[in-house]
Amino acid sequence: MSACARASELVLALALASAAPPAMAEGPRRVVSINLCTDQLAMLLAAPGQLLSVSHLAREPQSSSMSEAALAYGENHGQAEEVFRLAPDLVLAGSYTALGTVDLLRRLGVPVVQVPPANTLDEAVEQVRTVGHALGQDAKAEAMARDFAAGIAAARVTGGRHSGAFYHPNGYTTGSGTLADAVMQLTGFDNVGATAGVTGGGVLPLERLVLAAPDLLVTSEPYPGASRAEEILTHPALAAAEAKAVGLNSDADWVCGTPHLLRAIAAMGAAHDRLGAAE
Amino acid sequence: MTGWGRRNEWKIFLRKIFGLRPAMKVFISLSLLVLALFAASLLTGPAGLGLGESLAALVTGKGEALVLVMREIRLPRAILGALVGAALGLSGAAMQGYLRNPLAEPGIIGISSSSSLGAVLALQTGMAAAFPLALPLSALSGAAVAVLLILTLAGPRGGALALILAGIAISALAGAATSLVLNLSPNPFAAMEIVFWMMGSLADRSMQHVWLAAPFMLAGMAVLLRLGRGLDALTLGADAAATMGVNLIRLRWGVILGTALAVGASVAVAGAVGFVGLVVPHLLRPLVGARPSRLLPAAMLGGAAMVLAADVAVRLIAPDQDLKLGVLTALIGAPFFLHLIWRLRGDEA
Repeated sequence: MSACARASELVLALALASAAPPAMAEGPRRVVSINLCTDQLAMLLAAPGQLLSVSHLAREPQSSSMSEAALAYGENHGQAEEVFRLAPDLVLAGSYTALGTVDLLRRLGVPVVQVPPANTLDEAVEQVRTVGHALGQDAKAEAMARDFAAGIAAARVTGGRHSGAFYHPNGYTTGSGTLADAVMQLTGFDNVGATAGVTGGGVLPLERLVLAAPDLLVTSEPYPGASRAEEILTHPALAAAEAKAVGLNSDADWVCGTPHLLRAIAAMGAAHDRLGAAE
Repeated sequence: MTGWGRRNEWKIFLRKIFGLRPAMKVFISLSLLVLALFAASLLTGPAGLGLGESLAALVTGKGEALVLVMREIRLPRAILGALVGAALGLSGAAMQGYLRNPLAEPGIIGISSSSSLGAVLALQTGMAAAFPLALPLSALSGAAVAVLLILTLAGPRGGALALILAGIAISALAGAATSLVLNLSPNPFAAMEIVFWMMGSLADRSMQHVWLAAPFMLAGMAVLLRLGRGLDALTLGADAAATMGVNLIRLRWGVILGTALAVGASVAVAGAVGFVGLVVPHLLRPLVGARPSRLLPAAMLGGAAMVLAADVAVRLIAPDQDLKLGVLTALIGAPFFLHLIWRLRGDEA
């Protein structure tokens, strides 16, 4: 599966390299993004100078795959006032967050494009085209979407299937109908959360996770500062389950359906290889 | 002959049981109730395990995943439920005895919320990560500050009104400070935990929490249980107690220290579970009498039973969600509190 990892890196490099040439036809000139996922797609697709500001989350390494690239842009907190002051001719937003801001901006006459979160790999690919179209960068987006789709297709694991589970603070897991579940399916894993009947995101009690004894456990890195929610990740019962499984940290690459997802897919493929070799 | 002898012995045994003082019968039934609820707590959980297999796993340690579930998830939860309940029930009875005020309770008069503040400070400053004992120590310092404040503000024989007002002020202040600290935390999950610190929960606790908190809770309970005789004398008034040879200063410090240890350590691992210390002594007073020396151990057992029952109930009501313990205890306790105020109103008029 290292070939797949290399392929995905190549795709990503191509995608990033192709972000360079300015091809402004009649697209918007002052774009502001207020959603972590549209932030990253806009940074990948926009022509130089076209994107003014991204959300503060885009700079946070734990959520954003492009935290360093985001430093080159202005920072907003998704509030209508600060966005309006930038006089944008396009605002990119998610479809479930900052709804008050979106509503207010539209009433003030600012064009807003809302991009729904991707719940399948096809939707993730389509999202690249959606944002590219909104930015007037259709050709670049089309190329990136094709590479993304090819990277996904190349990463499909056809060998034996293992069980895997996501386990996050508060016992939160990702079940069926999510992008993370799609990645698991693609890379040869059956999602314990989905089998347990979790649709979307939900809580999987620790004892049920321990009894399921998954072959792969995808957990998350704790944030700075303490929280009781994250204590579950150091629970002795989870540690014992982890000791018998291949462990993986879900990082920023998992958060959005951008081409960076290919890195997460490659890591999952590598984990599958390790499990395959172990048996 | 031997058969007759045995039957006589059996009769004597029965006569012993039924001839026991009523208080003794209450103790035995309460102990049995706690044991039954402890077992129920071990057998309740989202995984829906069979009775036989789960007990076998707990005792014999056979069956890897099952043993993990029983020994690392359910056992600490049941132990903490019993200990937290016992600590709260006993502290409530001791405070009510010392203040001679039926409304005294760690939650209502702000001791629990101050402990929460102490615990949150230890967690958010990183002290607890560097030095695990900092968590219970900081929580019990919070509790101690609150007890001292309450005793100063309401006075040793302060009226119900002064006590409740002081409690409201301390609760509000500690609650606000806790929310502030959690909101300022760099951790996105911290702010969501305000509910835990105010309502309490035993979800996903581990044996580490038991080792961390149990010694303090047990020490606090030992201190409080030894105050029975002094509190008995105090029911006759402070002067009478002093002439009977009760050291009032020692009694006062015993209440402060014992409550701080017991409540502080329980809040550090389970959050603030309200109303246990209020409801339990009141329910048991008609059964064991008003003498603190009898009420204290009874309230300890009763508190354990109440929290264990509430913790079983939250798992039955919402198996996959973390319904907070304090929600249940407040649903039972708050109407009870109103009833008490209603009765007091009649007394004071």
